[in-house]
Amino acid sequence: MDRLLDPSFVLGHMNYWLFVVLMMTGLYIVVARGNLLKKIVGLNIFQAAVFMLYISAGKVRGGTAPILTDNPGEAYSNPLPHVLILTAIVVGIATTALGLALTTRINEVYGTIEEDEILEIDHQETEREVAAILATSAQDSANA
Amino acid sequence: MLEGIVQNAPLLAIMLPLIAAPVAVLFGNKSVAFYISGATLVLSFALCVYMALLVSDGSILSYHIGGWAPPIGIEYRIDAANAMVMIIVSAMGALVLPYARASIEKEISPGHHTMFYACYMLCFTGLMGVAATGDAFNVFVFLEISSLSTYVLVAMGARQDKRALSAAYDYLILGTVGATFFVIGLGFLYIATGTLNMVDLADKLANSPDNKTIRAGFALIVIGMGLKLALFPLHRWLPGAYSYAPSAVSAFLASTATKVALYVVIRFTFSVYDASSGFERTTLEYIILPLAITAMFTASAVAIFQMNVKKLLAYSSVSQIGYMLLGLTYLNQTGVAASFIHMFNHAMTKGALFMAVGMVVWRTGSALLPSFAGIGRTMPWTAAAIVVAGLSLIGVPATAGFVSKWVLMAGAFERGWWPVSFAIVGSSVLAVIYVWRLVEVMYFQEPKATTKDPVREAPLAMLVPTWILILAIVWFGIAANAPVELARIAADGLLAGGFDNGQTVILGIPGR
Repeated sequence: MDRLLDPSFVLGHMNYWLFVVLMMTGLYIVVARGNLLKKIVGLNIFQAAVFMLYISAGKVRGGTAPILTDNPGEAYSNPLPHVLILTAIVVGIATTALGLALTTRINEVYGTIEEDEILEIDHQETEREVAAILATSAQDSANA
Repeated sequence: MLEGIVQNAPLLAIMLPLIAAPVAVLFGNKSVAFYISGATLVLSFALCVYMALLVSDGSILSYHIGGWAPPIGIEYRIDAANAMVMIIVSAMGALVLPYARASIEKEISPGHHTMFYACYMLCFTGLMGVAATGDAFNVFVFLEISSLSTYVLVAMGARQDKRALSAAYDYLILGTVGATFFVIGLGFLYIATGTLNMVDLADKLANSPDNKTIRAGFALIVIGMGLKLALFPLHRWLPGAYSYAPSAVSAFLASTATKVALYVVIRFTFSVYDASSGFERTTLEYIILPLAITAMFTASAVAIFQMNVKKLLAYSSVSQIGYMLLGLTYLNQTGVAASFIHMFNHAMTKGALFMAVGMVVWRTGSALLPSFAGIGRTMPWTAAAIVVAGLSLIGVPATAGFVSKWVLMAGAFERGWWPVSFAIVGSSVLAVIYVWRLVEVMYFQEPKATTKDPVREAPLAMLVPTWILILAIVWFGIAANAPVELARIAADGLLAGGFDNGQTVILGIPGR
């Protein structure tokens, strides 16, 4: 724990602190917000945090872009995390696009994008089904 | 030609469906799309069976993509465990497809049929890829290919019931959070070891001192995958997604998607990490074990009170996943083998049940319990299929479900955990109750006479795939040697830890 009091340790791990803050912000929005659009924004922030974790971990001090130069001693940043995150960004975009498309459809069908109201509508639907079942079985026993 | 196919079997089994998806869309005709999908699925299944035969002696297939040797290149690594999961996925994929063709006629608007096949193929590709790959980041990519197409497939149920949309949205949010946790875990592993190839990861982790980054990585991977496989308290997305998806989608997902996620947990816990001691062992024994047993009871208890039969089956899936997780926690060969056998048997059982229930929905238009009234007389073959698969769900002898519960019990005794066997029996009793509710309605209630269109037996295109599964359930309930042997080899390989056990056969273009 005493390492946390050491300023050089704390500042030296700045990227990880920022990662944790961003990640938790995103996750909190996903959990706490009822608006379906805001949830998707939260999901994006959450994913962006992960991108930052990977990219900053691949940084080499004094390193340049990983392109071959004439200087054999050239230090360059680790390109692998960049490539991985390129893939993850594509996945993230696809997820966002699909999430937005679903939100549009939900808005058309339910007339709202507030989670509470959607849950309420779903709940009423289920209750209506159960009531219909009970009504038919009551009728059946009356007939019998 | 044949040599080329055989040499590239692991890649072809995955890439053919991936290519088939856009080709089907380009043709834009639903019949063409169906035949293209069908041909690739059958081919893919044949390749999986071939690979399973190759690895059934305990050897490992290593396929180097593009001829680049691992750990630099991406490797597909097939041993008995992978082969078993790939057989489950490809067999269910090939069986559900002809069923889907008939069932989506009523459930999905005709304009979307081609897209349905394309999404189905992508979902299949993703699941197969997760099962085949030996590269940790590749797992994430394939997982998201399958998940994204799954969200679309679930949302296609919106024509029948608008709740499919909110279920798909929930699944999207929770699935993405799960996948992102998984990537964070991989990031920690990469930061700690500098590699993503599973074999290389296992080597480096075995030689590195225990540290918090590696432990945190394990926790994130298990929780992330726990969301995808519906580990007990993280199963919130599952009942909605399975109940409101089109019937064919429910059948395919219930029998494959959660199993593949479970396979990832098994692979990471046993092969990449070392489950025999330390943090990983504690996680299994003190976290996974109680959650598995809780799932077996609570989810079954909830299933008893469901009015919607698809939802009943979905909750039953959550409890069955408990059995599969339970086997892992024994940390002995019989237990881990039991997990694999139960994956295999439950895929057939739940697949058959969802297909049979889908046929009732197809005829009566509703999955609610009253619409099952009297189908023992009006749809005798469908009702009989539900009964046999229901017996297998309970674990009655001469069905596949009995074999997996038997092995699971044997593993518990071997471990000395006899109280666990009571939990297995107790939870099976709950299964008897919810299956009985269904049987009672089907056989002891009068069919509803009010409908103008009398309820008839479902079309053969749906009945035949379902009955193939039913016969397989009975067959593997009596002659269980093949899956049990394969599962035991898989368990041996996993429990030995790491990857270097057994002879490795390298496939693909050599050189570079």
